Amino acid sequence: MKQHNKVSLFEPSLVNTAIRQSFVKLHPGLMIKNPVMFTVEIGTAVMLIVSLYQLITGDLSQGAAWYNWVIFSILLLTVLFANFAEALAEARGKAQAESLRKTREETPAKKITSDGKIDILSSSMLHLGDQFVCEAGDIIPMDGEITQGIATIDESAITGESAPVIREAGGDKSSVTGGTKVLSDRIVVKVTTQPGESFLDKMIALVEGASRQKTPNEIALTILLASFTLIFIIVCVTLKPFADYANTPITIAAFISLFVCLIPTTIGGLLSAIGIAGMDRALRANVIAKSGKAVETAGDVDVLLLDKTGTITIGNRKATHFYATETEDENEFIQKALLSSLSDDTPEGKSIVELAHAKGVNAQAAAGSQFVQFTAETRSSGVDTPDGNKIRKGAFDAIRQMAIQAGHTVSHTTEQKVKSIAENGGTPLVVAVNNKIKGVIELQDIIKPGIQERFQRLRKMGVKTVMVTGDNPLTAKYIAEKAGVDDFIAEAKPEDKMNYIKKEQNAGKLVAMMGDGTNDAPALAQADVGVAMNSGTQAAKEAGNMVDLDNDPTKLIEVVEIGKQLLITRGTLTTFSIANDVAKYFAIVPALFIAAIPALQSLNIMGLKSPESAILSAVIFNAIIIPMLIPLALKGVSYKPIGASALLRRNLLIYGLGGVIVPFIGIKLIDMLLGLFM
Amino acid sequence: MTGEITGVVFTFLLTLLLAYPLGKYIARVFSGEKSFMDLMNPAERFFFRVSGIDPKEPMNWKQFLKAMLTINMLWLVYAMLLLVFQDKLPLNPDGNGGQTPDLAFNTAISFLVNCNLQHYSGESGLTYFTQLFVITFLQFVSAATGIAALAGMLNGLKHKTTQNLGNFWNLFTRSITRILLPLCIIGAVLLAFNGTPTSFDGKDTITTLQGDSVQVSRGPAAGMIAIKHLGTNGGGWFGTNSAHPLENPNYFTNILEMVMQVVIPVALLFALGFYLNRRKLARVLFGIMTLGMLCLLIPTIMAEVGGNPAIEKMGITQATGAMEGKEVRFGPAASAYWSTVTTIISTGSVNSMHDSSMPVSGLMQLLGMMINAFYGGCGVGILNYLIYIIIAVFISGLMVGRTPEFMGHKVEAREVKIAALVTLLSAFLIKGFVALAAYMVAHHPEMAWAVKPGSWLNNPSYHGFSEMLYEYTSANANNGSGFEGLGDNNVFWNVTTGIVLLLARFIPIIGPVAIIGLLANKKFIPDSPGTLRIDSWTFGIMTFAVIIVINALSFFPALTLGPLAEYFSLY
Amino acid sequence: MKKNLSISLRLTLVMIVLCAVVYPLVIAAVGKLTPGVGKGQTEKVNGKVVGYSNVGQKFTQDKYFWGRPSAADYNAAGSAGSNKGPSNPDYLQLVQDRINSFLVHNPGIRKEDIPAEMVTASGSGLDPHISPASAFIQVKRIAAARGLAEEKIKSLVDAHTEAPLAGVFGPSKINVLQLNIALDELK
Repeated sequence: MKQHNKVSLFEPSLVNTAIRQSFVKLHPGLMIKNPVMFTVEIGTAVMLIVSLYQLITGDLSQGAAWYNWVIFSILLLTVLFANFAEALAEARGKAQAESLRKTREETPAKKITSDGKIDILSSSMLHLGDQFVCEAGDIIPMDGEITQGIATIDESAITGESAPVIREAGGDKSSVTGGTKVLSDRIVVKVTTQPGESFLDKMIALVEGASRQKTPNEIALTILLASFTLIFIIVCVTLKPFADYANTPITIAAFISLFVCLIPTTIGGLLSAIGIAGMDRALRANVIAKSGKAVETAGDVDVLLLDKTGTITIGNRKATHFYATETEDENEFIQKALLSSLSDDTPEGKSIVELAHAKGVNAQAAAGSQFVQFTAETRSSGVDTPDGNKIRKGAFDAIRQMAIQAGHTVSHTTEQKVKSIAENGGTPLVVAVNNKIKGVIELQDIIKPGIQERFQRLRKMGVKTVMVTGDNPLTAKYIAEKAGVDDFIAEAKPEDKMNYIKKEQNAGKLVAMMGDGTNDAPALAQADVGVAMNSGTQAAKEAGNMVDLDNDPTKLIEVVEIGKQLLITRGTLTTFSIANDVAKYFAIVPALFIAAIPALQSLNIMGLKSPESAILSAVIFNAIIIPMLIPLALKGVSYKPIGASALLRRNLLIYGLGGVIVPFIGIKLIDMLLGLFM
Repeated sequence: MTGEITGVVFTFLLTLLLAYPLGKYIARVFSGEKSFMDLMNPAERFFFRVSGIDPKEPMNWKQFLKAMLTINMLWLVYAMLLLVFQDKLPLNPDGNGGQTPDLAFNTAISFLVNCNLQHYSGESGLTYFTQLFVITFLQFVSAATGIAALAGMLNGLKHKTTQNLGNFWNLFTRSITRILLPLCIIGAVLLAFNGTPTSFDGKDTITTLQGDSVQVSRGPAAGMIAIKHLGTNGGGWFGTNSAHPLENPNYFTNILEMVMQVVIPVALLFALGFYLNRRKLARVLFGIMTLGMLCLLIPTIMAEVGGNPAIEKMGITQATGAMEGKEVRFGPAASAYWSTVTTIISTGSVNSMHDSSMPVSGLMQLLGMMINAFYGGCGVGILNYLIYIIIAVFISGLMVGRTPEFMGHKVEAREVKIAALVTLLSAFLIKGFVALAAYMVAHHPEMAWAVKPGSWLNNPSYHGFSEMLYEYTSANANNGSGFEGLGDNNVFWNVTTGIVLLLARFIPIIGPVAIIGLLANKKFIPDSPGTLRIDSWTFGIMTFAVIIVINALSFFPALTLGPLAEYFSLY
Repeated sequence: MKKNLSISLRLTLVMIVLCAVVYPLVIAAVGKLTPGVGKGQTEKVNGKVVGYSNVGQKFTQDKYFWGRPSAADYNAAGSAGSNKGPSNPDYLQLVQDRINSFLVHNPGIRKEDIPAEMVTASGSGLDPHISPASAFIQVKRIAAARGLAEEKIKSLVDAHTEAPLAGVFGPSKINVLQLNIALDELK
């Protein structure tokens, strides 16, 4: 469905760009943003100076020259690997953005000047509030809102969805996106954003990392990692007087190697790549997050507000049964029902016609039939036939009132039927001819296949789902139970959503919702995660903090998982990185002191060949683990909704215990390999 | 030997048996519910009136800490003055002199911060007046400060969202009148009946059976020994602390003193469960801390009971274990148990000389103090553990894909920053100052101090290194025990450990209280199935792993050069 | 701040009175009721105090049971342990010397029978006890020095062996001072 999903992880063109960028990123001004890797860069620089000094003076007090050069090279590689991870993530984002950017290229715009003439100029010359015209075949030059007209539009450029969509002035489907193509008709569009500030512009900037702000969790994690780094600075600095006390000379190379191995370079090197990849995954799901924070917050969401229609049920209600009253002939009743619906354009009306046809009942509207539109006052619609019959169909309350006013009784069985339909989640429509009730039509919602499992999954994640519907409470309850949502808001008005969100937030919950209409905007703004549909109004898109390009109401569920994955990836790699230090200590510390304290050979539990090869193996392991984890960082650690404690156990075993064991094996293997040369 | 092991097991079980009801009672004291100790009500009302305290006045975390710090600074000045001028004050039957300013600085801080590192010997370094008006007094108030700080923290967690941590003065006063003082009276009376002196008579001179003339130091020691344990203070009346036969006359008093030092820290855990109505959490905390204790205790007992391999090589059997620095009436197992609890609980009293412990025991003692949160000192043990919890909550929160929460409050950058800072402080103080001391020994052994750096160490090589490492670790943990061979009564050690003591006491109190204060102000988030439950065993193990990893990473090289190197060269 | 300081001053005063005056006086008063009236229990020979029951003293003569080596030389006004580390070569030499000296004074004793506590210094330097094994190993020397039957001394040692607490907890031990007093009375 989405063509950009196919970019492979190490696509050669991306890798090339990333390699180039890894060197550009060596600039200290850029490196300092990542304190962990910045200290490694300093260490690398010191090693370079030591090696050069040796080259010039021939002083061998700091160990063999080749050894120092090798250490220097590995440290440099460590920094480059980290840069590469970040650059690769950025390149992948850019590749995504590029396809979008193509649509941002200069397109001619037909601007309507103040005197009503049409002026053709470049899209970049359009400003907020300007109006322009688009006709069939034109590329829409700028985000905006349709002020006049209706058009079919091909949005595949941004959504990848080839089916054209309809956009029209007024209502909730008035928004158009720059870069999409008008297929038919003519519309007048008012520009709603400044040049360079459209959603796509913002998103491209975000993905490219230019305006990426660190998220709160990322900041907290950076603090934690920085403090670990500080601890290791203390460890290494104090080692000098300790060694003096023990009469052990320690070379600069050994100091720096120990330091670089201990500081959390693995997570430090991959941290920003993980963040970028998170945005990237959101984008891959065709969701544009306005900030990384929004994606992260999505992972924390406790309550999901979902519209019934389109999310839980397929489209609209459908007629499923005709129940004539006992005094009426079934076919007669179906015919009347059919007649009343012939010019009813609502999906319900159409489904009645379909069902009647399926039952083999056909009828044509007689000439001179007068159709009566639904009004809020009568709460019914129908037709006045030329033979003087007034056929009406509508809600039970409304029809019953008519019938009683006209002096007819309402039979007990009708009341029973109406009630039982409502209890079973259906909507009863009652048909009356000349105010006499003829029967009841049952309308039913069709629940989307597979939706129960999704809600089940959400429940395991600890997310409460809430169905928002205009249905009456009985119907709502039935559907809620059938679909497996935890709660519902029936007969929902826009302010009900708002109140529900506020209520949950006051209880400390984080709420996510999806919306498209202008009247959703306040609720979208109030919600912690508001996902606006791209087809929605400008107001809705401004109010939310994500935009779903696919207009897919189930997208919220994916967004939640992406958010969780982002946090989990950071957490597990941090754990892995720190756990690695255990093995590195066992490799390096005995190596440092073994010359002066031979008894420490017992601490060399890996049985590494020599102090030099021990240190070298640790540093090499430390460097190559970064590129080896890049795929994991970019793809994200998978999320399993198995409950927090079970998930912690699982990740602790894999990344904690694994993080302790893997480097023991890795370092030993490298040491054996080095043994072949040293 | 089995009798010795059963003695240890019995002591531990007895502690639990007493700690549980005590915890229940302490929770009532914190919440101000009725209890049989309401007989203290009139006295407390009188104290509050005299002091101008409104015990109901709420305090936010800043006010709470300000009150605590103000009164602590006052005590520091008071104690220093008395120590310097003790020779001019009454109750000095042995005619002991005043302390030098640097020693007074060290001693005053040491007792103020509940550490009780002693760079003097009780028999000659203090007078009865300062033993009571400085030492005993500070032992009460410093323990009460810790308990009050914990109570403040619990108040912050008790309510969903609150500014109020309770009234510091009230919590502090009640900690003394309702917890410490009644228990101390019981403990002191039991000690007195077992032969610990209580009278104000000075040194006695006797002629021994063999005809030597010997002086015997005495004094009103029993009361002080009770509070030194119940308040997890640890400073001894006599120089050799609870190894001294008057300070700890027999196996019964040994059990009594071991119970006294552990009972309040363990009871406070249970109190946490009752007070916050989170008994499962208290159980998990207790379980993890006990696991930690056992990990330290078992190797220690094995090493001590096993004896010194170097002496074994001389052909001595050592059926009674490694006896250097130990007393016959306690034996190696009870001495090992004591050395473990005194280091994890920050008491720092000793019934054997740690300097002569086996390298493994020394390692365990050091680890116990570096971690400093397995039960931990009065009140502060749980505060220290909180720091580890915050870091564990943060990392594991990320690992389960949810912004970390602690008891319904989001843990964010500010809290992580404070927790990281407190963690960093230990590594910085211990390693930084040990490095400085090692530098002095290696490069300036002839410096003209009261004790030259070249003569600081009572043991050469790795063990000498351990002596320095132990001293700062003990100071940082506010523990107070020592590898006492270290020549520490000179400007260098008095001043540097004084600085370590002060920082390592108040920053780890300010940090957790601030974290709780900040968290308590935040919106309360109810638990959901996605919330990581901190009262689960999984999370308990996670915290345990965090504790081990942080301390191993911070201290592995130092431990390698000290006890580990000694171990490998000895065995 | 000012309010805090004023409260601090007054509360400090209250607590000094409570913790440093009332509390020790209460304990001192209770102490008067104890066996040693709070001054420490003593051992008397012919009405003359020869030592404190709990405080060990130096025995060097062959006719007395010896206590443990003491880093404080049994100075009860300045208790001290040796604080020697287990790997300290000087210390190990000292232990070797003690073994040699013990063997000289106790001829016929096998080295591996010497209990560890007889060649290692106690924690306080005032340890009043030795283990029964340490007593028995000296019986031969004392019997020779005093011209008494070994059996007689052995039964004295048995009589003075203190069982573990409640018969189960802790080590068995012998108070050296009390044993030596009894030994003197044996004549």
